[in-house]
Amino acid sequence: MDYMLLRHRDINNINQIDTFLKEDGFEGFKKALKMETVDVTNEVKAAGLRGRGGAGFPAGVKWSFMDNNNWPHYVVANADESEPGTFKDREIMESNPFQFLEGIAIASYAVGANAAYVYLRGEFWEVAHFLDEKIEEMEKAGFLGENIQGSEYSLKIYTHLGAGAYICGEETALLESMEGKRGQPRVRPPFPPSEGLYNKPTVVNNVETLSSVPYIIKNGAEGYRKFGTEKSPGTKIFSLSGNVNNPGNYELPLGTTFRELIFTHGGGIPDGKSIKAIMPAGASSSLIVANDEALDTAMDYESVPNVGGDLGSASVIVVDDSVSLDWLITKTMDFFHHESCGKCTPCREGSYWMKKLTERIHSGEGTEKDVELLKDVAYQIQGKTLCALGEFSTMAVVTSIERFPEDFKI
Amino acid sequence: MTKDITLTIDGKEVSVPAGTLIPDAAKKIGIDIPVFCYHPKMEPVGMCRQCLVEIGRPAFDRTTGEAVLEEDGSPKINWGWKLETSCTNPVSEGMVVNTKSEKAVKGQNEMLEFQLLSHPLDCPVCDKGGECLLQDLTLAHGGTESRFNFDEKRHAEKKVALSDLIWLDRERCIQCGRCVRFQSEIVGEAVLGFEARGSHTQIMTTSEPGFDSAFSGNTTDICPVGALTTAQFRFGARPWEMEATASVCTECPVGCNTVLNTRRDVKTGGKVVVKRVMPRQNESVNETWICDKGRFTDFSADSRLTAPSIGWTDAIASAAQNLSAADEPIFVVDGSLPNEDLFNIKSLADEVGAKAYCYSEVGGGELTTKSGTYGKSGAGDAILVIGSDLYVDAPIFWLRAKQAVDRGATLIVATEEETRLDNFASTVVRDFAQGLEAAKEAFSKAENTVILYKGDDALAQSCADLNPTSLVGVWNDANTQGAWEMGYEAISDLDVLKGKTVYVAGKSALVASALEVAKFVVAQTAEDVQIAVSITEASGSKCVTLPSRNISESLGTFTSAERRVQLFHPAVPAEGDTLPGFVITAQVAEKMGVTLDIEAEDIFANFFDLSYADLSKTNPEEKLLIGGNCYENTQGVGVQL
Repeated sequence: MDYMLLRHRDINNINQIDTFLKEDGFEGFKKALKMETVDVTNEVKAAGLRGRGGAGFPAGVKWSFMDNNNWPHYVVANADESEPGTFKDREIMESNPFQFLEGIAIASYAVGANAAYVYLRGEFWEVAHFLDEKIEEMEKAGFLGENIQGSEYSLKIYTHLGAGAYICGEETALLESMEGKRGQPRVRPPFPPSEGLYNKPTVVNNVETLSSVPYIIKNGAEGYRKFGTEKSPGTKIFSLSGNVNNPGNYELPLGTTFRELIFTHGGGIPDGKSIKAIMPAGASSSLIVANDEALDTAMDYESVPNVGGDLGSASVIVVDDSVSLDWLITKTMDFFHHESCGKCTPCREGSYWMKKLTERIHSGEGTEKDVELLKDVAYQIQGKTLCALGEFSTMAVVTSIERFPEDFKI
Repeated sequence: MTKDITLTIDGKEVSVPAGTLIPDAAKKIGIDIPVFCYHPKMEPVGMCRQCLVEIGRPAFDRTTGEAVLEEDGSPKINWGWKLETSCTNPVSEGMVVNTKSEKAVKGQNEMLEFQLLSHPLDCPVCDKGGECLLQDLTLAHGGTESRFNFDEKRHAEKKVALSDLIWLDRERCIQCGRCVRFQSEIVGEAVLGFEARGSHTQIMTTSEPGFDSAFSGNTTDICPVGALTTAQFRFGARPWEMEATASVCTECPVGCNTVLNTRRDVKTGGKVVVKRVMPRQNESVNETWICDKGRFTDFSADSRLTAPSIGWTDAIASAAQNLSAADEPIFVVDGSLPNEDLFNIKSLADEVGAKAYCYSEVGGGELTTKSGTYGKSGAGDAILVIGSDLYVDAPIFWLRAKQAVDRGATLIVATEEETRLDNFASTVVRDFAQGLEAAKEAFSKAENTVILYKGDDALAQSCADLNPTSLVGVWNDANTQGAWEMGYEAISDLDVLKGKTVYVAGKSALVASALEVAKFVVAQTAEDVQIAVSITEASGSKCVTLPSRNISESLGTFTSAERRVQLFHPAVPAEGDTLPGFVITAQVAEKMGVTLDIEAEDIFANFFDLSYADLSKTNPEEKLLIGGNCYENTQGVGVQL
């Protein structure tokens, strides 16, 4: 299969505008500019493209929610990529930047936005500088700026750096941060397509989602649907890490099995150990028991829940049998305690409590009661937090204790 | 009028205007949903998660839009799997809310447990103890044992002086952000913020000097725990030890409704003293706020004269004798006196055919008795603030001007110096003539027009010429407006007193000035005049002093600059042998052959077409808007003239 997203692996120098143009670059955008905006949105809807940031919400549907009685509209690319184990957006932006920017341009055209922003995590400052250069090249080539390609349509794209907070990957916290406020999530509803950046209708899409759009417009929804499954069409980049021989990004059709990813592409488990658990969505994951049923499960939005997980951003972390999960959840809790924004009580206090408990259990000083209490605290958080971060902090904890009780025998 | 929405909360039906949030709808039928971050005056943020409830919404058929019915014909209700924060949910038609179901109560208790993980157990020494939301909810719902079984709790700084007035205890803080939001949303001075994140989150001040705002004390009222306290009240008393008496603030002419909290105090030898001033709700005047000037009013007057130096009998006789003997006695007051005092003095002056003046540096008194309140201005209205830095002169007027702008009013500021209101004004000029010109222009397009001015007669006249809906003088004293309503003549200097026998009543400064020019002074004051008197006695002039009671000791009324007449009650026993001002005047009058009333309520009825009962009426709708420790107004919201 030719790459749809990681095209730089097939084509050298595609991050140079001349090469990109030679390789059908901006064809999707040029085609879109000749279409009615609503048709662009409908094409993306028909393609069934689902948000690649983790939630899997259909992108075209999100675009169609934009409030047309409230202007201006904005498009924001979520390039905050902070989920432990996720490193796909960075590769796209560094190596195939024009396809990403083209995706932003098409989305902006579709929703009538004349300004779009790329919100990058603070550590991506070099990527931001790089994108700034690429944006300038696009402007010079007449693909951004006033009256693009002789049309009525004008667009500017800006980059914006965060300041080192995981929570700013949550779309409303991201918008707060862009507005210069503390990066903390807003109460939803209203959702960004009604009230987003500066209270104006805003589409927030992940880098990978936007990068998928040019192919859809160029080849049509049907062309896109040749890949993946019916409900989860297209390809997806799987960031593979943990106890595997060949960690890295793998672009595969949605519906590929865990087994194929981990053993065929990832080269299996090193040092003759065996696979114990899979975290399909980074630190926010449930831990899936890596039995045959799980390994033969298709990695798409519908199938992963059948084995007790979620596809999320598809950052697949492999855990082998040398790892005791009491250690693993000490790590995830350290992370979530560090990254809890502190806005809502259950996450702020609960992550602190869970961190203290996991540390005590891992240090060997815990009791059976501590394990029970830890699970209780996690349940106590679930369903009550302001945003998903608090919810996510409990996933690894609860599933580790429930599915791998032997790791918590005192 | 918006349409009312009917919903069911805990099995009780209630109808409220569209847009009402669930906690307020519940309050209307006496159901208290526990909250920390929610405050009815501020936008909900859903942070503390304490107000979790079960919310069900009627099911609708997506294709027909018809309500789906159960077999018994009742509407089918869809319940979400999650509890929801009631504060972020406006009511909707047919909504069903369970605030006390097992699931809801469990959720609420769980949030409470989280709040208490590291909360210090210092209620016995905490200023908030006894009126603390967290304490109340813990008593009602909390467990008796902590499951957070770690020896080391999370500690934080306990003594952080945010300013000279406000202290922060970071260990007690539950990060609800009410204080932060009050400063940014309500006051428009974002001088508080959060720093750090997660369990390290803490409140900080972002201004230099710290917590630079004239409204800072309000954050100690709305703080749901003892994190923010005032330096003045710190460790001063326990809330339940104090009496609460309805009063009116004397610091400026706004007339904020207050409560004086009093208690016997060891530091003053067991005397009952005012321990703190708290806001009392009056949505037409101060809502639930007061400014720091009013909150930190100093009621102590250690060196005050508590009885006439020659005894009451001789003092009254001397006053009457000197006034009767004078050719043209003159009566001078200032706006610090209550209406009842003013009325008796004016009556006596009228009876003996003498002039009655009210001393005021601000002119135009007679022009301000025609128009009413500036009320809750908003979209379509225009306000001119001229000659006054409201932030200093009348802070709650400042706050209301700012809020009027929030609601869409046009604001013009014309002051010689920069003021903090400039930021909110659509037009700012440093010249009065230009200000009047700009106002003329803005007024021509506005519905209601208000002028708040501070200046001489000429400025007042220029303002009146613009024909505003309301012309409000920003007087130096609390009841200057009351004097104008009674027909006192205005004077701005005391030359007319030269060589005369004068009855002076008011502040000690007025008495001292009169002593400098008058032949003989009958001085009625509640303030410390001993120094002034001794200087005068040394210089050979003559005076008799009649020590009166102050506001905290008396029953009476003030008329605010907006012409709202409001009642205050005695909060502390009168000092020494002091008498109410109106009684003193009546006694002097009696000796002069003039009979005056000696009961405050009777005197009041003589002048106003009103009674104290009229002033004592309350507005039951108001208490829905209370959050924090502001007092509910059970003693009356006064009457707008």
